[in-house]
Amino acid sequence: MPKIIVDGNEIEVPADYTLMQACEAADVEIPRFCFHERLSVAGNCRMCLVELKGAPKPVASCSWLVRDCRPGPNGELPEVKTKSDVAKKARRGVMEFLLINHPLDCPICDQGGECDLQDQAMAFGVDGSRFHENKRAVEDKYIGPLVKTIMTRCIHCTRCVRFTTEIAGVSELGLIGRGEDAEITTYLEAALTSEMQGNVIDLCPVGALTARPYAFHARPWELVKTESVDVMDGVGCAIRVDTRGREVMRILPRLNEAVNEEWISDKTRFIWDGLRTQRLDRPYVKKDGRLTPASWQEAFAAIAAKVKGTDAKKIGAISGELASAEEIFALKSLMAGLGVANTDCRPAHSPLHPASGRASYLFNTSIAGIEDADAIMLIGTNPRKEAPVLNARIRKRFLRGGLEVGLVGAKADLTYPVTYCGAGPDSIQALIDDKSYDGKAERPMVIVGEGALNRPDGAAILSLAAKFAVARGAIREDWNGFNVLHSAAATVGGLDVGFVPGEGGLGTAGMVEAAGTGDLDVLFLMGADEIDMQALGNAFVVYMGSHGDAGAHRADVILPGAAYTEKSGLYVNTEGRVQLGLRAAFPPGEAREDWAILRALSGELGAKLPFDTLVALRAALVAAHPHFALVDEIAESDPKAVEALAGAGGSLDSAPFEPWIDDFYLTNPIARASKVMAECSALAHGLQAEAAE
Amino acid sequence: MLQDKDRIFTNIYGVHDWGLEGAKKRGQWSGTKDIIARGRDWIIDQVKASGLRGRGGAGFPTGLKWSFMPKESDGRPSYLVVNADESEPGTCKDREIMRHDPHHLVEGCLIAGFAMNAHTAFIYVRGEFIRERQNLQAAIDQAYDAGLLGKNNVHGWDFDIVVHHGAGAYICGEESALLESLEGKKGQPRLKPPFPAAVGLYGCPTTVNNVESIAAVPTILRRGADWFSSLGKPGNAGTKLFCISGHVERPCTVEEEMGIPLRELLEKHCGGVRGGWDNLLAVIPGGSSVPCVPANMCDDLGMDFDSLKAVKSGLGTAAVIVMDKSTDIIKAIARLSYFYKHESCGQCTPCREGTGWMWRVMERMVRGEAEKREIDMLIEVSTQIEGHTICALGDAAAWPVQGLVRHFRHVIEARIDEYTARATREGSVMEAAE
Amino acid sequence: MSVRRLYNDQPESFAFTPENEAWAEKRVALYPEDRKQSAVIPLLMRAQEQDGWLTRAAIEAIARRLEMPVIRVLEVATFYTQFQLAPVGSKAHIQVCGTTPCMLRGSEDILRVCRTRIAERAHELSADGAFSWEEVECLGACVNAPMVQVGADTYEDLTVESFEAVLDAFDRGETPTPGPQVDRQFAAPEGGATTLTEPALYDGSAPARWEETRAKKAAEAEKAKASEEAKKADKEKPAPPAPPAAEGKGSTGKTAAEGKGTAGKTAAEGKGPDGKTEDGKTADMEAALAKLPADASNEDKANAVGTRPEGLDAPRGEADDLKRIRGIGKVNEGKLNDLGIFHFDQIAAWDEAQIRWVGTYLAFPGRIEREDWVGQAGTLAEGGATEFSKRVDAGDVPSSQE
Repeated sequence: MPKIIVDGNEIEVPADYTLMQACEAADVEIPRFCFHERLSVAGNCRMCLVELKGAPKPVASCSWLVRDCRPGPNGELPEVKTKSDVAKKARRGVMEFLLINHPLDCPICDQGGECDLQDQAMAFGVDGSRFHENKRAVEDKYIGPLVKTIMTRCIHCTRCVRFTTEIAGVSELGLIGRGEDAEITTYLEAALTSEMQGNVIDLCPVGALTARPYAFHARPWELVKTESVDVMDGVGCAIRVDTRGREVMRILPRLNEAVNEEWISDKTRFIWDGLRTQRLDRPYVKKDGRLTPASWQEAFAAIAAKVKGTDAKKIGAISGELASAEEIFALKSLMAGLGVANTDCRPAHSPLHPASGRASYLFNTSIAGIEDADAIMLIGTNPRKEAPVLNARIRKRFLRGGLEVGLVGAKADLTYPVTYCGAGPDSIQALIDDKSYDGKAERPMVIVGEGALNRPDGAAILSLAAKFAVARGAIREDWNGFNVLHSAAATVGGLDVGFVPGEGGLGTAGMVEAAGTGDLDVLFLMGADEIDMQALGNAFVVYMGSHGDAGAHRADVILPGAAYTEKSGLYVNTEGRVQLGLRAAFPPGEAREDWAILRALSGELGAKLPFDTLVALRAALVAAHPHFALVDEIAESDPKAVEALAGAGGSLDSAPFEPWIDDFYLTNPIARASKVMAECSALAHGLQAEAAE
Repeated sequence: MLQDKDRIFTNIYGVHDWGLEGAKKRGQWSGTKDIIARGRDWIIDQVKASGLRGRGGAGFPTGLKWSFMPKESDGRPSYLVVNADESEPGTCKDREIMRHDPHHLVEGCLIAGFAMNAHTAFIYVRGEFIRERQNLQAAIDQAYDAGLLGKNNVHGWDFDIVVHHGAGAYICGEESALLESLEGKKGQPRLKPPFPAAVGLYGCPTTVNNVESIAAVPTILRRGADWFSSLGKPGNAGTKLFCISGHVERPCTVEEEMGIPLRELLEKHCGGVRGGWDNLLAVIPGGSSVPCVPANMCDDLGMDFDSLKAVKSGLGTAAVIVMDKSTDIIKAIARLSYFYKHESCGQCTPCREGTGWMWRVMERMVRGEAEKREIDMLIEVSTQIEGHTICALGDAAAWPVQGLVRHFRHVIEARIDEYTARATREGSVMEAAE
Repeated sequence: MSVRRLYNDQPESFAFTPENEAWAEKRVALYPEDRKQSAVIPLLMRAQEQDGWLTRAAIEAIARRLEMPVIRVLEVATFYTQFQLAPVGSKAHIQVCGTTPCMLRGSEDILRVCRTRIAERAHELSADGAFSWEEVECLGACVNAPMVQVGADTYEDLTVESFEAVLDAFDRGETPTPGPQVDRQFAAPEGGATTLTEPALYDGSAPARWEETRAKKAAEAEKAKASEEAKKADKEKPAPPAPPAAEGKGSTGKTAAEGKGTAGKTAAEGKGPDGKTEDGKTADMEAALAKLPADASNEDKANAVGTRPEGLDAPRGEADDLKRIRGIGKVNEGKLNDLGIFHFDQIAAWDEAQIRWVGTYLAFPGRIEREDWVGQAGTLAEGGATEFSKRVDAGDVPSSQE
């Protein structure tokens, strides 16, 4: 590796390093605005200029490669100076130019306190202004309900343009005009259509793009920051929850290279207003057909009265999409204590089962592993809607070149080109039978979505998909290309815990049907709002959860629970990665954490659970399922499970795969309580309608 | 003085037939096949030996530039791109070549393209040159019809020429911005390295040459490198089209020998400075981007790269803008500052913000509405732009202002004094203070 | 320029006329298959020519046609100022060049006429909708200043009166004669050209004349070279091969002297030696050097691989301090002075062959390129400074002290 001198220190760095990277390797910080390591290099802000010995003028360290440096006259090493007069003058000059037309509105700017321009002006600028002309004012642009623009503040770094074009895959932002009148905008101020657009707020180094829902709500320094994980989908993005008092003020991404890099979807980011509305803040009991407020004791008593008079065979429990592993484990324990076998954590008809082995229901390749793939077959899934951040990873891989993506299922714009291979199971069979396939993919992936699995013939489809993966050589010792993409945060945790029907028990679909026919008398719903509440007949429904959504409306007893930001819990993402969410705020009113409710209820039902604290519960969970101790890791799974699956077979229905999510913004009770999500949803539907015309 | 027989561009005034027949009569397209038959290396060597330096402004040796192109293709095609985006204020030479003598350029493209292993040339003509483009296209069509271009042409080197055009952006005269524009984008210059010879148009090896450079090549090769290098001065060889505008009696475009004294150029071809040589205030000798040269330095000024460099100016495009003593020199330069502000692409900070700042200060200085310390500030702002931008537009915007202050600071100061005195006399300062 | 927006009153749709449609198809085909986007400016321009201005519908139609995101087309439409984003005068849209060369010759008067006669502000339509105007930047007809452009044509050498006459003609629905509005042949000086008056330039005799001159010169060069070589051969027993550059030149000349019909042979001869030396490959240099006797002088070696740069008999005025170039110390400066090299501009003008010659002569081949003497000298010759020269000037470099 070539050597280079940075501010007098000799270091050795790879030849394809930029000078900026070399400086960082030498522990020298280079200021920058336009440069971002996950975006293409623009080199336009000129803040990162450094002096390169021998070069006639300062060079942009973000783009100049170590390889392009020439040695000195006597073979001296190339030398970079970041603190010389030349470098300092360049920086001061750029800083001054950036500030002359930047408004002095820091006191009312939402970026204040976390503004790159502010920070770098402090570090590299001068204290006064010599600019006595009128400052430029730029019209603000409407670019959607999420991102607020104050364009006078824009410093034209084009990070937002590059993010939307490159990462999000929607070429909707641009820099129009030229010179000092250049402006960032969408085409005629149309709203952005990306599900990842919120990330431009983080990328914007100034206050030009800020979060519209958060506008003027808080200052960064008054917020308490809690590191947690997201539950909006099966990806489990690393997030930071910022709270003031007991209110969540905003949610930001955290860096996690293995999962979300530094992106989150708009649902993850802007869900927080839903945490304040439609909350269940006290127990309710249905009296004379109407839900009336009750005390915890009254609610428990009502449940106990019903359960004690009911045969365990006629009791069931379903856990929802946002539940933590501990809660599911506690619910499972309670049901076991009551002798109930009708338990499930899966959507109706899901064929996934822990007995088939963990590899049969995980995203085995891992999210980071997508970057190693050279062919991907999507089966019954729209990753853009079911897991936008994972979809961005596929796009990232696509941009690098040499990736083929095929799709069996409903057609959709996934932000990268896709070869359409058919609509339903028959097409998979056809692919397997295709003798013309030349087998050039070395690391193929098969991604099966819930749209393919959650139907009566789901088991046969799962087997067929596995068969396809095996046929394409996706299952090897060094490569497991079989992947199930979960759209819910709780499912893998539930499967790991084994919250599936016990001996002779019914699954989700069976329970709903039995309730409708009167064969099931009591149904516990732990945050399960996505089942058909109309079909539950006269069953006595106990709803435990945080929001007054479908489940609460149908309930006979409501037990108010905590939302994901209000409790600590383990979640397992679609890869099988165990992640820990932390409590950032407290649940409202009399609401309690779900495990504590279950613990209290268990006493009333005479099947007292053997733990009094979350720590004890977690210990019990780990004792039963040791891999839960490996936080942030993926426990190894045996790919043989996929081969076994391939052999299972089953009879197929030729119906095409339906989209699993039709409204990205409204997939769970919190989202449905969010005004912001409602606005996004309406906008998206409007666009759809427009496109259909 | 250069003799007519040593002039390359013999129809710049459009007196004679610009078409193929006329061009052939004037010696073009003669022996082209022999030239090509001598091979790529011979051509490049001859161009190098002729001492031809790029006629677009920077004066980079043309032959050397060609030699940077890969000799063997790595699978990517090579491209010749001709920069006909003539927009430097004061410059109107390529215009005359394209509309009145286009076959020089067409033939030059074939030879240069062959020398750099390119089968395609794109000629990027500025959008406003519509008639020029039409003539050029017609000349190319004639050459196709005569089998001089295209597939299986008489020269044995398959060659296509595509005439492309811009739509009003000075910055597209910068080679990498031109390539961006040719790719259908905004004309924003690219970061270098990589240079176009490695990664140019469509990511392929590309050489971008000025119209005049390419158009001069066939004649140079026909008449010999030593013929060309014997004209002009060492290091500043050959002939050059000069465009003399502004305050001369008879502005014109004329081909002259490099190094011709400015005074001779003006007096021989333009009837001299309006009101006589002593009425000269200053000249901008090489297009708007170069600093002006005051009259007292003009007496023995030679018009070539090195002589003009010695007076801290430049030959640029050899567009001489003459200003007599009636000129408001501050206003003349302020108008250039406006030009650069107008033409900044807006990509990088110093130029986007700095050109507007300079222009606004200059506008005040035209009125005298400034403070004298702002003159130094103006210079400092200009040096904060210069050398800190992706392309040279920042430098080009800085230089005219620097030249003005270097030579005419007293004029600015006098203007400020006058304004202040008037303001004090008329009481506006007192009123404003109240 | 100012902020550019699409016009508020837009037509519903856009379509090329059949003729333009056919043209557009051909235009797109001129670019590589996957580079259709290249055609965006020509297509937008054609749409503007068709409708008089660039409409939103046209922008969107062209975006679809070229498979470009529409924001990218809008970027192009707003970046390039020739695109008219609002309707223009039905009879003429006057583009007045206002940049300094035109300003010096009265463009402000022309603009004043526009303001009073057409509309107070640029881009506004005249009361009858027939005219509009704008001030544009340099239109590249500076020797015919002041001038305006209307559509494809330019009207040059204007005065207020002749400009008014041009406007009158447009108003009558005529197209006035474009070009200079005074008695003048395009860019030639008023009153007649001072050059290009020699009839022999235009009678078709030029090529033969050139050939003759070249042949004569080549023959002379050949003769001179031959006698010089003969002298050299007498002096030194193992004669070094003549400098290949000279040989190449000679053979070329010879062929020319022999006349036509041997083009193929010429090419082979001319290419061989020339190509090799100018290639700049170390292997070739080594091969050339290997042919020399072991005791060959540095100058002989240098002659074998390159061309000696022409020197001056004495400095022009004061010699430059060549030690300000990194890599040149007192010793090398002395040697260069001996070669007649006194000035930065001399070094800045070295070509590859000369660099090789000097490098070999000073016995450190490759170093001049490595240290970029030519580049440094270029900077210094321009009056600029390099980091090294600043240090020299500050007295920080002992080896460069007198």
